[in-house]
Amino acid sequence: MGWYHKRLAKSIWVFHVSASPCNNCDIEILDLLTPRYDVERFGIKLVGSIRHADVLLVSGIFNQKVGPRVQQIYAQAPKPCFVVGIGTCPASGCCFKDSYNISKNIKDIIPIDLYIPGCPPKPENMIEGIVKLVEVLNGKE
Amino acid sequence: MRPEYLFYLLVFPGLLFTGMLGLVVGWVDRKVSARFQFRVGPPFLQNFNDFFKLLGKETIITKEAVASLFISAPFIAFAMIVLVSAMIGTAMFFGSSFGGDILVVMYLLMLYSVMIILGGASTGNVYASMGAGREIKLLIADELAFILVCLVAVVKSGYTLKLHEIISFQNDNGAFIGSASGIIAFVVGILCIQAKMTLPPFHIPEAETELVEGPLMEYSGPPLAFWKLSHLMMWVTFPFLLILLFWGGFTLSGLGILWAILKYLLIVVVMIIIKNTNPRVRIDTALNFFWKYAAPLALIALILAVLGA
Ligand code: SF4
Repeated sequence: MGWYHKRLAKSIWVFHVSASPCNNCDIEILDLLTPRYDVERFGIKLVGSIRHADVLLVSGIFNQKVGPRVQQIYAQAPKPCFVVGIGTCPASGCCFKDSYNISKNIKDIIPIDLYIPGCPPKPENMIEGIVKLVEVLNGKE
Repeated sequence: MRPEYLFYLLVFPGLLFTGMLGLVVGWVDRKVSARFQFRVGPPFLQNFNDFFKLLGKETIITKEAVASLFISAPFIAFAMIVLVSAMIGTAMFFGSSFGGDILVVMYLLMLYSVMIILGGASTGNVYASMGAGREIKLLIADELAFILVCLVAVVKSGYTLKLHEIISFQNDNGAFIGSASGIIAFVVGILCIQAKMTLPPFHIPEAETELVEGPLMEYSGPPLAFWKLSHLMMWVTFPFLLILLFWGGFTLSGLGILWAILKYLLIVVVMIIIKNTNPRVRIDTALNFFWKYAAPLALIALILAVLGA
């Protein structure tokens, strides 16, 4: 958690992974990137290629089709790389928790470092969550 | 080779100076762009943080990639930009030659694009190869106009190819931008720079929304950091080149310093304004634009220069 993590905390490039959500969380993520919230203030930038990403924003329940793909995407990301689960879906399955096709154990697919619950979470919530991640990177538990 | 060349190359007009200034100007670009969109924009040290963060990330080489080319392309391109900025800077600040003339500068700037093409094509990624292909087309589009623009300055300074002689000629006889041919060439020059730096509206090879950064797509870690750094250094090199060719270089004493900063910032801000007010053009539109309008305009400027206007 030294000098390097402080640099990382100030320049978080996010990549948006949509793992079978109901799409609502994705729309909120896009809201987060609009001029109104302006996350570039914190050095956060949306990148299009997984190779440039520092943080993966995953939303959705990881059904059996999409689970292996998410795993593959995570393997392609250059480390150190953190995963933020957006919405209640990655945390608990939300309203889909009894579906026949969801992956039972999301933790086996990718290690999620931070959950931001909410269905969908507001952009303010997400900013708060990212700030928490930044604090962890800066060494404050 | 004289020992001060090493200083020119690595410290003052070269690596250190241009790198630092490039990272700072990159911030100006992002900040002004943010103000255009009614945002606050990133903090001052943002580009430094980005650069050092990328240096510490993992470098991934894909299975299909030609590893040697993939890794060496960003560093060769970086070396090109350092060399060009050292040449231009030495002529601007010390009034002496670093050993290269305008032809070498044009070659090296073209080689930078070639390195992007090679780096992008070596990744084995479809999008990256498509980006590389578009970079070739863009190079074909803007190269003619750019060469003609450079030739205008050469003709007007009494057919000398030496960078510092172009400046000293302007110091004696007034800057070329005051003449008809000079101003036309200057305007076309700004547009060519926009294309050479692949800034909007000519960011066809990178096209974030369709090609996800094109040639740079598969790069991660230090190679990506150096791509980004050389791109930011172009924010210094190209405006300096324009000032050198048409605007009489810098006088570094008294009010001259202020005037120098103003000239530089003016060009940068014009580039940022063009960048923020234009959507991306198609590749055929870009080719059309450069071959039908920009290159003939530059040719007219060249003819005017030969006739002495
Ligand atoms: S958390 Fe709610 S809003 Fe988000 S994807 Fe799941 S069901 Fe949709």
